[in-house]
Amino acid sequence: MTVTNSNGNADSATATITRAVPRVKTLKELAAQEEREKRFQGGHSLCAGCSIPVMVRSVLNTIDIPVVVVNATGCLEVATTRYPTTAWNVPWLHVAFENAAAAASGVEVAFRVLKRKGRTAQELGFELPGEVRVVVFGGDGGTYDIGLQALSGALERGHRFTYICYDNEAYMNTGNQRSGATPPLAHTTTTPVGRESLGKLQQRKDLTEIAVAHHVPYVAQASISHWQDLVRKVEAALRADGPSFLNVLAPCQRGWGYEPCLTVEIARLAVETRFWPLYEVVEGEYRLNALPKKPKPVSEWLKTQKRFAHLLKPENRHLLDELQLQVDREWEKLLRRCEGRVLEV
Amino acid sequence: MSAIVVPKLEEAELLTGAQAVAHAMRQIEPDVVPVYPITPQTPIIEEFSQMVADGLCDSEIINVESEHSAMSAAVGASVAGARVMTATASQGLALMIEILYIAASMRCPIVIPIGNRALSGPINIHCDHSDAYLARDSGAVQIFAENAQEAYDYTLMAVRLAEHRKVLLPVLVNLDGFTLTHSAEVVQLLPDELVKEFVGYYRPLHPLLNVQRPTTQGPFDMPDFYYEHKRQQADATLEALGVFLEVQREYEGATGRGYRGYFEVYGLEDARFALVALGSTAGTAKAVVDELRDRGQKVGLLKPWLFRPFPHEALREALKEVEAVAVLDRALSFGSWGPLYEEVASALYPSDNRPRLHNFTYGLGGRDVTPEQIERALTLIQDPKLPRTMHYLGVRA
Repeated sequence: MTVTNSNGNADSATATITRAVPRVKTLKELAAQEEREKRFQGGHSLCAGCSIPVMVRSVLNTIDIPVVVVNATGCLEVATTRYPTTAWNVPWLHVAFENAAAAASGVEVAFRVLKRKGRTAQELGFELPGEVRVVVFGGDGGTYDIGLQALSGALERGHRFTYICYDNEAYMNTGNQRSGATPPLAHTTTTPVGRESLGKLQQRKDLTEIAVAHHVPYVAQASISHWQDLVRKVEAALRADGPSFLNVLAPCQRGWGYEPCLTVEIARLAVETRFWPLYEVVEGEYRLNALPKKPKPVSEWLKTQKRFAHLLKPENRHLLDELQLQVDREWEKLLRRCEGRVLEV
Repeated sequence: MSAIVVPKLEEAELLTGAQAVAHAMRQIEPDVVPVYPITPQTPIIEEFSQMVADGLCDSEIINVESEHSAMSAAVGASVAGARVMTATASQGLALMIEILYIAASMRCPIVIPIGNRALSGPINIHCDHSDAYLARDSGAVQIFAENAQEAYDYTLMAVRLAEHRKVLLPVLVNLDGFTLTHSAEVVQLLPDELVKEFVGYYRPLHPLLNVQRPTTQGPFDMPDFYYEHKRQQADATLEALGVFLEVQREYEGATGRGYRGYFEVYGLEDARFALVALGSTAGTAKAVVDELRDRGQKVGLLKPWLFRPFPHEALREALKEVEAVAVLDRALSFGSWGPLYEEVASALYPSDNRPRLHNFTYGLGGRDVTPEQIERALTLIQDPKLPRTMHYLGVRA
């Protein structure tokens, strides 16, 4: 087992570090896929500096076989499909906010049953593809909160689909209201910092662990900053013979309060401060995917964002310390689960 | 004055309404059937699940975790390009409502038998029509069945109606909870091959699974397009009026079963006083009409099969000669008249010679509907001075 000291430094003597076992697509290959199919096009109305299209492109360009996208209501949906325009050059479905996983179940089963019945182009009026992958994109509101039941049901039923949560830690499409993913003490418009309040008073839900508890073949936590890790995880998720779930940290410049050019940097800091550890759970086995050599204190990440500005005041020092303790505790818990298994790209 | 389909006893079976509907589903053999149990619909999906388990029907059942997800999976599968059915009742339909609106707007031809049951609260598992009325403005087509035979026949016809290119809408086939779902009646099923030929293959118009021609389905509509899309949907819903009759004619041609028109009329030809009632109550009402006619009263019944879209013109024509009408509503619209009454009133408004119109609430939460109650309604409306207030049948003071 990997041992950590109170600063959270992994004892590298006992850690088994494996690097890049599977070959992942190179940037050139991703760009070639982008060029070939242009699955997700520009011209949409997502904000400057938004991390979501970065993630969507990484995901779609990783996949070579036909893909059907199901999208929960949210930023990605409203900003990319304003009728009569669309940014999507792959089949794309949106039904509602809380039911993307359930709608995806229907798509997945429809494909499987039509295939099994051997429906011909003459019977159906179109040619069924030989293979297809169903990928869901939902924000943290649509996944941690209102869509959790539908997600849980779909994971439990074992549909072969990949659910990707882009976690920007609040209801950003409606202007930054707190969600189950909002970190403690963050300012949002429904947990405002005021004379009597210091932001969100509750903990954050650990959705990745909730997904793991469904005993599905593949669950991972990723970040838009670590694109090779993300690409590898998408490949692993698509290979899984059953449901797979990816929780991707996706910073929001508007809600978090930072300059749009810093999106990737801030996502990277979340990993380096171990606020957002990169790990995966393959058939129940945990592996750490980023072991920061010199972990930074969480304040390094917090201080980049206006939503945490109040925590940097001297009188709130104790809150900052408490947050650091929480991050350390969670990290140690994760290390114990990984039992020294580290796989970095 | 007879039932539309008289089952030939030697070819008939003793089936509950739920079993009859399950047989219809087996013969239709939809590709995908997302299901969630709820009384009194449960026996439909239980029977159907057993049929699938026994290899009698090649459908894929999705045992979802709620009716909300049942309807969501149904929309996903329907948009993907599959033929889809589900079934529900009461709270289940209430939970589906959000997605039923979306299914209608996305033009998903999903057929949904409903075992009508009262809505909470208080919680109650027995029949009334509050669930169906809740779906009134969803955009789904709604049919009401009087008995198990009609529930079977209309479930088959609903597939053709839903999937018609001019319509492409969800269709609810309402059958009264317990009264029909759980009561065994003589039902004559059609041969499997005949049903298969009648429903044919489903050829989706814009299937999501056509990866050669990617489609964006369920996009974001702003004020510059939303209104036009709703207008198109309104027109499509009205198209169902004509297609309903067309499907009836084709069904009669294929099966010899003559369902003709938007409603069944019983003793209405020379009636001075008429009842309008939905569902199984019409069966009781027919017995009352017979009884009162034997006593020399000119009374009749109009039983709408189609509730959405509502056949206003045909109904106006059918009721133009009567003096007074009792409209029976098996659910309330709090603060107003019953939903069926409002339709009848709206149908009759342009008429030069409007009959007196009265609204009777009855049978809420499964309260027994007796011949005495129906006779009382037919007797009360014969008094020209009967006040124009809501009348409640069978309720304690």
